[in-house]
Amino acid sequence: MAMFSQNPVLNGPNYSFADVPVQDHVDGFREHRFNPYTDNGGSTLAIAGKDFAIMAGDTRLTAGYSINTRFSPKVFKIGGSTSTQDDANILLSVVGFAADGEALKERLDSICKMYRYRHNKPMSVSACAKRLSTIMYQRRFFPYYVYAILGGLDEDGAGAVYSYDPVGSYEREQCRAGGAAASLIMPFLDNQVNFKNQYIPGSGVGHALQERERQPLPRDEVEVLVKDAFDSAVERHIEVGDGLQMMIITQNGIEEKILPLKKD
Amino acid sequence: MPGFDFSNHSRNAALHARGVPLPKATSTGTTIVGCLYNAGKEDAGVVIAADTRATSGPIVADKNCEKLHYIAPQIWCAGAGTAADTEFTTAIISSNLELHSLSTGRKPRVVTCMTLLKQHLFKYQGHVGAYLVVAGVDPTGAHLFTVHAHGSTDKLPYVTMGSGSLAAMSVFETQWKPDLNKEQAMELCSQAIQAGIFNDLGSGSNVDLAVITKDKTTLHRGYLKPNERSQKLKNYKFQRGTTAVLNEKIIKKDEIGKYVSVEPLPAGTETMDVDP
Repeated sequence: MAMFSQNPVLNGPNYSFADVPVQDHVDGFREHRFNPYTDNGGSTLAIAGKDFAIMAGDTRLTAGYSINTRFSPKVFKIGGSTSTQDDANILLSVVGFAADGEALKERLDSICKMYRYRHNKPMSVSACAKRLSTIMYQRRFFPYYVYAILGGLDEDGAGAVYSYDPVGSYEREQCRAGGAAASLIMPFLDNQVNFKNQYIPGSGVGHALQERERQPLPRDEVEVLVKDAFDSAVERHIEVGDGLQMMIITQNGIEEKILPLKKD
Repeated sequence: MPGFDFSNHSRNAALHARGVPLPKATSTGTTIVGCLYNAGKEDAGVVIAADTRATSGPIVADKNCEKLHYIAPQIWCAGAGTAADTEFTTAIISSNLELHSLSTGRKPRVVTCMTLLKQHLFKYQGHVGAYLVVAGVDPTGAHLFTVHAHGSTDKLPYVTMGSGSLAAMSVFETQWKPDLNKEQAMELCSQAIQAGIFNDLGSGSNVDLAVITKDKTTLHRGYLKPNERSQKLKNYKFQRGTTAVLNEKIIKKDEIGKYVSVEPLPAGTETMDVDP
């Protein structure tokens, strides 16, 4: 227990078994419980553009104050016809409990592969988005403990990003941050992608000011935003770092970039 | 009355029983180490080192905090645990040791410091969460101790503490040897801290290091900076007028006395302490 471990346990034990019973019952019985979930930290980010979508995630995998690995990708290609996923048309990022993320990815991938086999065409992003929601809600009372984001190109060739909560509630969005540093990154995205709280200088006085109009950002600018967002998240969140994985989906396919992040 | 103020205790206990969570203290989720060198020789000394990250839960509260605390000119302390407790415990023991030194007319000893610390901490039964590495040189030689929040102490040739103590100790247990010289001890300590910085999430940023010899103490603030912030790729300067101004009121310098009490200082007498 903490008091004998000679080191301060700063945020409680980070084991999947609680080492101290939750409560001593009046009759003297102790209730021991198994906790099937672990928080593996990390953060993800997705931004949709006019004719592309970028999905990104850091590559650190943590448990408590330990780093389990410095390279464990969180963004996956989904629904290719082979295991190499060369012809995949959908991206999935998962953050939260890594084992559930892996299981969810495998599940969605096999469903997309079955669809391709039966219908002889790849699944559309909107169909896949709905299917993912169904998969997650099926586990309503023992959820996949993950924040998932699905990305790809819609029927018109425009970038599409769908974000999920752990039980399958979903929404199509322009951009979304997920995971440990979501609360650090999301306000930055609101301001820099959707131009929230930005007004046109001199366009009025007080409440009459005109809001700066939203316009889709070019790909190189979005890549810069993603890198800057993660560099800042690394500075202030202990669970984010090591590497940055970026997947860019365009009409020409999926491009992957791995960049270094701070390792402390 | 001297000592702690317990007047809010009953109220807080009642609130806590009704489910109000306890406030979260800033903790120096830390790596701190110490190592003796030239043991038993005329020029015996001791090195202590620390990382510079302070955390509040998973958030980095301070990227460059000071964990090496002054006790006496030749006695220094590295602190882990609750930031406020390490700060105030070392400050009060520093004060008491100075008074003791003045009344005896002798230089303070490291054992005396260690004893004062353990008696103070034991009295509070671990509620004062200070985990310390105490190091110094006095007329009896160079000494190195650890003091735990419950009051237990150790006397060893090399020590580590904090959440990164295992990472740091792995370095000592593979590299340490008897009869280290000053440079070797400094290198070993900085390597141990770096093991903590890179492998323990509670530790990070820079290495601070202090060398205490018979004659003087040398504090190396920012001994190593292996984690400098990278340059932003984009310039985020907004055009003037981007932020909405809903109302505006200008108070002139000579009218400010109507709102707050002010006492003007001659120009250039006091400057604010800001990190570069």
